[in-house]
Amino acid sequence: MIDFSPGLILIFGAALVPFLHGKARCIFMLTLPLIGLILVFTLEPGAYAKIPLLGFELTTMRVDRLANIFGMIFFTAAALTVLYTLHDRDPLQQVAALIYSGSAVSAVYAGDLITLFVFWEISAVASVFLIWARRTERAYRAGMRYLIIQVGSGVFLLAGALFQAAETGSIAFDQFELGSLGTTLIFIGFGIKCAFPLLHNWLQDAYPEATVGGTVWLSVFTTKLAVYALARGFAGTEILIWIGAVMAVFPIFFAVIENDLRRVLAYSLNNQLGFMVVGIGVGSQLALNGAVAYAFCNILFEGLLFMAMGAVLFRAGTVKGSELGGLYKSMPWSAGFCIVGAASISAFPLFSGFISKSLILTALSEEGYLIPWLLLLFASAGVFHHAGIKIPFFAFFAHDSGIRVKEAPWNMLAAMAITAVLCVVIGLWPSQFYTLLPYPVDYQPYTTEHVINQYQLLLFSALAFTWLVRTGLYPPEMRSVNLDFDVTYRTGLPLLTAAFVRTFGPIDQGARRAMLRLFRTIVNHIYRHHGPEGALARSVGAGSMVFWVVAMLAGYLVISLTSF
Amino acid sequence: MTDHDNEQNSGERRYWLDDPRNVNKIVWALVVVCFGLFFADGFYAKHGLFSVEHLFAFYALFGFVMCVCLVLIAKWMRTFLMRPEDHYEPDD
Repeated sequence: MIDFSPGLILIFGAALVPFLHGKARCIFMLTLPLIGLILVFTLEPGAYAKIPLLGFELTTMRVDRLANIFGMIFFTAAALTVLYTLHDRDPLQQVAALIYSGSAVSAVYAGDLITLFVFWEISAVASVFLIWARRTERAYRAGMRYLIIQVGSGVFLLAGALFQAAETGSIAFDQFELGSLGTTLIFIGFGIKCAFPLLHNWLQDAYPEATVGGTVWLSVFTTKLAVYALARGFAGTEILIWIGAVMAVFPIFFAVIENDLRRVLAYSLNNQLGFMVVGIGVGSQLALNGAVAYAFCNILFEGLLFMAMGAVLFRAGTVKGSELGGLYKSMPWSAGFCIVGAASISAFPLFSGFISKSLILTALSEEGYLIPWLLLLFASAGVFHHAGIKIPFFAFFAHDSGIRVKEAPWNMLAAMAITAVLCVVIGLWPSQFYTLLPYPVDYQPYTTEHVINQYQLLLFSALAFTWLVRTGLYPPEMRSVNLDFDVTYRTGLPLLTAAFVRTFGPIDQGARRAMLRLFRTIVNHIYRHHGPEGALARSVGAGSMVFWVVAMLAGYLVISLTSF
Repeated sequence: MTDHDNEQNSGERRYWLDDPRNVNKIVWALVVVCFGLFFADGFYAKHGLFSVEHLFAFYALFGFVMCVCLVLIAKWMRTFLMRPEDHYEPDD
């Protein structure tokens, strides 16, 4: 067993990537996450690799079942994404992706808040290069916004950690209670990265602007790291149920009217995080298992959908619903894998989404939360609507756009195929998968009632979609952007700044002018008396001094004489 | 792959889905399955913990109604949220 954080394998491995070329580099990059994955299975629970720092002890490697399942899926996803991006020889992206994924793994194994903060920030900085690697002005600006927000989330985490250390004397990353300043700041830091409502827009803003492979990388790590952090630190925090329910519902409205299909998936990712956050908020063993299981499965099927849309972007040069359609003729395999991803995210029985999402919904009903449960049910129907139907329908079917391209490269197909197989295997044999979860599972997803209910929900949603499309009520895909909360900082903030300058600019200038005038008056005054010609600064000759002394003595003499 | 490309270049091949009648077949198949699922509700024991789950065909009706609402509300949201594609692009 190793006694260093397993993510370091990817981080230090990344340093060697630029020195390797061709096949050697490909094999090396594929091997790194696979070694990491094997090592995860050798890890024994416990705290290792402790480093003393300023009177505190950093635990850079804390191994338990919760950390391990995230380590496992992070390494698996890294291996699959390396395979998916194998055709791309851009060393910048390769190095950035390995450092990014490695730091996400190391953050998962962090046993204290300072170690968590360090890897949290490294992952933020490394990941922005996957956006900038698109090398367009638009991507540069989106990346800048992403970086500011991600680093900001780390700043909240660090500030929270310092207050927490001052209050409790401990920097351990364990279960927190919301209430103190420290834990509140940590909660906000996690919330930003988890794309809580109103803190969410960096996700939809930045992810679709990244490169073909970059978006797949991003979809795996950043937000799931936040889910892990919430599961570790704030399990059973009731407010998370409501935050999660809102998160699951509001993005689906935007997803329906969004034209960029990778942005549709970004909204869908936000909605999926909502399910996980609800599970964490409920906090029972079943709910936490559900949240973790859903994070695990989501990484695969959401990644698969992002891979399919990446393949479309790679071949057709666009992922806008308004310009696509009929691509199943050119890219039948990609279409097939996309449908598997769509069926999984929609939680069709026999696919991974079904056996993982059920845990959360069941836990929610066991605890009697009716309204959040109804909201999640609505969100489940909605996710089928926009991710399950809309994505494959507008990209691969709908009206034939006439675009004829080659099928995706072999490595993309291989990555999609393996991911699709994993989605189905997990769906078919849930009991084996459940043994990986943090707590023991006693749950049977395949009951007659559950399967029928799920089919009713999904197929009647499909019926609604069909009816709306056929009657022309369904909003057509249009070249457009939709305002979301980011309008506050992309338009509102600059307007506010301009208004501020307009209002306070004249006052500021007036005040400066008045100050300047006053200053000048004072300087002139001083100059008059103390300047070279001033009465108090003039140099006087010895002769005139003698003259004045004599004059004084004469005056004294006159006064003395007259007083008698 | 070569055969496939040739077919594409010649533009001759008609796919099964190119025929609108076949699309109609899929739609009717969906309607039939939904019909079956709706009435299947009378043939199994319900253990749902919420009382709403015991309403007849609750999941089916909920799925249909909520999806229609979702789309119509989203469509209405376009009236005040939609902007031209270059809305955020700088003026220069």
